[in-house]
Amino acid sequence: MSMSVTLTVNRVPHTVQLDDPRVTLLDLLRERLDLTGTKKGCDRGQCGACTILLDGRRVNSCLALAISHDGAEIQTIEGLAEGGALHPVQAAFIAHDAFQCGFCTPGQIMSAIGLIDEGQAGEDPERVREGMSGNLCRCGAYRGITEAVIEATRSMAEDAQEKAA
Amino acid sequence: MNRFEYIRPRSVAEAVAAAAIPGSAYLAAGTNLLDLMKIGVARPGRLIDLNHLPGLDAIETLPGGAVRIGAQVRNAELAHDPEFARRFPAVAEALLSGASAQLRNAATVGGNLMQRTRCAWFQDTASACNRREPGTGCDALGGENRMHAVLGWSEHCIATHPSDFCVPLVALDAVVEIEGAGGRRDIPLADFHLLPGTTPERESVLAPGELVIAVRLPAEAAGFAAHARYAKLRERTSYAFAVVSAAAGLRIANGRIVEARLALGGVAAKPWRAEAAEASLAGAAPDADAFRRAAEIAMAEAKPSGDNAFKIELARRIAIRALTQAAAGTPDRLPALPASSFASNAGAPNMGGLHV
Ligand SMILES: Cc1cc2nc3c(=O)[nH]c(=O)nc-3n(C[C@H](O)[C@H](O)[C@H](O)COP(=O)(O)OP(=O)(O)OC[C@H]3O[C@@H](n4cnc5c(N)ncnc54)[C@H](O)[C@@H]3O)c2cc1C
Ligand code: SF4
Ligand code: FES
Ligand code: FES
Repeated sequence: MSMSVTLTVNRVPHTVQLDDPRVTLLDLLRERLDLTGTKKGCDRGQCGACTILLDGRRVNSCLALAISHDGAEIQTIEGLAEGGALHPVQAAFIAHDAFQCGFCTPGQIMSAIGLIDEGQAGEDPERVREGMSGNLCRCGAYRGITEAVIEATRSMAEDAQEKAA
Repeated sequence: MNRFEYIRPRSVAEAVAAAAIPGSAYLAAGTNLLDLMKIGVARPGRLIDLNHLPGLDAIETLPGGAVRIGAQVRNAELAHDPEFARRFPAVAEALLSGASAQLRNAATVGGNLMQRTRCAWFQDTASACNRREPGTGCDALGGENRMHAVLGWSEHCIATHPSDFCVPLVALDAVVEIEGAGGRRDIPLADFHLLPGTTPERESVLAPGELVIAVRLPAEAAGFAAHARYAKLRERTSYAFAVVSAAAGLRIANGRIVEARLALGGVAAKPWRAEAAEASLAGAAPDADAFRRAAEIAMAEAKPSGDNAFKIELARRIAIRALTQAAAGTPDRLPALPASSFASNAGAPNMGGLHV
């Protein structure tokens, strides 16, 4: 049985033919759309490396069936930088050395964008750490990650204020 | 993962009809089902997708003040609904203490109720497991079983139900709305999950093909809002299942407890309502003696099922902690680490530095 899914990924619509419904969003992004920025760590919801924004909310793409999300809007790490300018969260990760090997980083950054958008943590380090606890970092770069998320929260709030003014 | 047929019904009636065919399973977010399919524990031949059904994703306040939560409402959406969190703060706290932000954004109310045990032997298809394959035995009995049940278990299965959400729900008299080929019925959550007995493969009262369509909390449940907490002990600060947990709700007037609610998590194959303990608190002053007594009563029947005698005392302590925190009053804002002993304003010393 052949079926197709249409997904808008980083603002570009894609229609993908699936000959099998078992494909996860993670595998579709990596294997069919060659968007390998989203990482596969555990493939079981336990590490956060596969975090994407699905209709604006951060989720684990390894535990989402592609066919079930026909019509969805997806954002991945590849869609963040605009015309060579890094997203403020990307810039903050570099400024704060928020990684070592970098494997968890795309998931961390997508998760941080979700967290900042949810607006629950603000600049409270304890709330940021809790809000980012769905993303493991085997290199233990947590201190830099927390600092980067707090700085990005602040700079994005300032940018938003400037835009509103 | 086994091959399956994917079915996308357009109405609840279509979904229930589709699920009547043996080998069918409902797909909500899939955070538990797809995980189990990847490791070969679940092998449904047909997946009935609930994600495009109309009418299952609302949080409604009914006339009279009860709240009705559709089965497809996401865990995060419910926890962050301001009106819901204000009226049922222990439920919001339990939800936010579970899994991770990513999982809570996806996971649904129905899926949370129906999630399977985290017993490692259940998840290993090479092991004997009566719950996964009736009649094969139970490798957890002589194996690594420190996380297993201390209440309501049988020699056929010692697994626990892992949900946090269900613990305050059962304390607050939640009712599950079910739709099946035979029509609609309501079941109190307290009677929804089944203890293992001789048939651990039967995990709930749902008949094959029956669908959870909503969970209701009665208006009275909001009467505990001023004194309602969830406390959860984990093996790491966050993103971990409960070793033991407790939901407590108190109605206090003139320095006395008018009515108490207490339920425990991580101790049995179902969320464990402690009714005798609740009764012991009615009329008492909300103090350490009363809470200690209630905790003793709650765990009076507990028996270790293996290397887990420690959980009995731990469960008493988490019950006392939840009751003590509830008596102190629901905080205006949930602590940074919901339900955690390490949260700065959880009534414990500030251990925030521990998890830097
Ligand atoms: C790494 C990790 C950590 C976690 N930590 C926690 C935790 O700390 N606390 C906690 O409580 N949970 C935790 N969870 C479990 C999580 O809460 C569940 O996976 C989730 O709630 C399941 O919801 P779902 O919508 O994804 O269900 P699905 O995976 O889609 O379904 C689960 C089961 O329910 C059935 N089902 C779904 N909806 C219905 C319905 N409406 N009617 C009848 N049957 C239905 C499905 O057929 C399936 O058998 C964790 C999960 C993971 C992966
Ligand atoms: S405790 Fe229950 S779920 Fe675990 S192996 Fe034994 S029968 Fe299976
Ligand atoms: S790869 Fe998805 S959570 Fe680990
Ligand atoms: S930077 Fe290596 S895993 Fe996080």
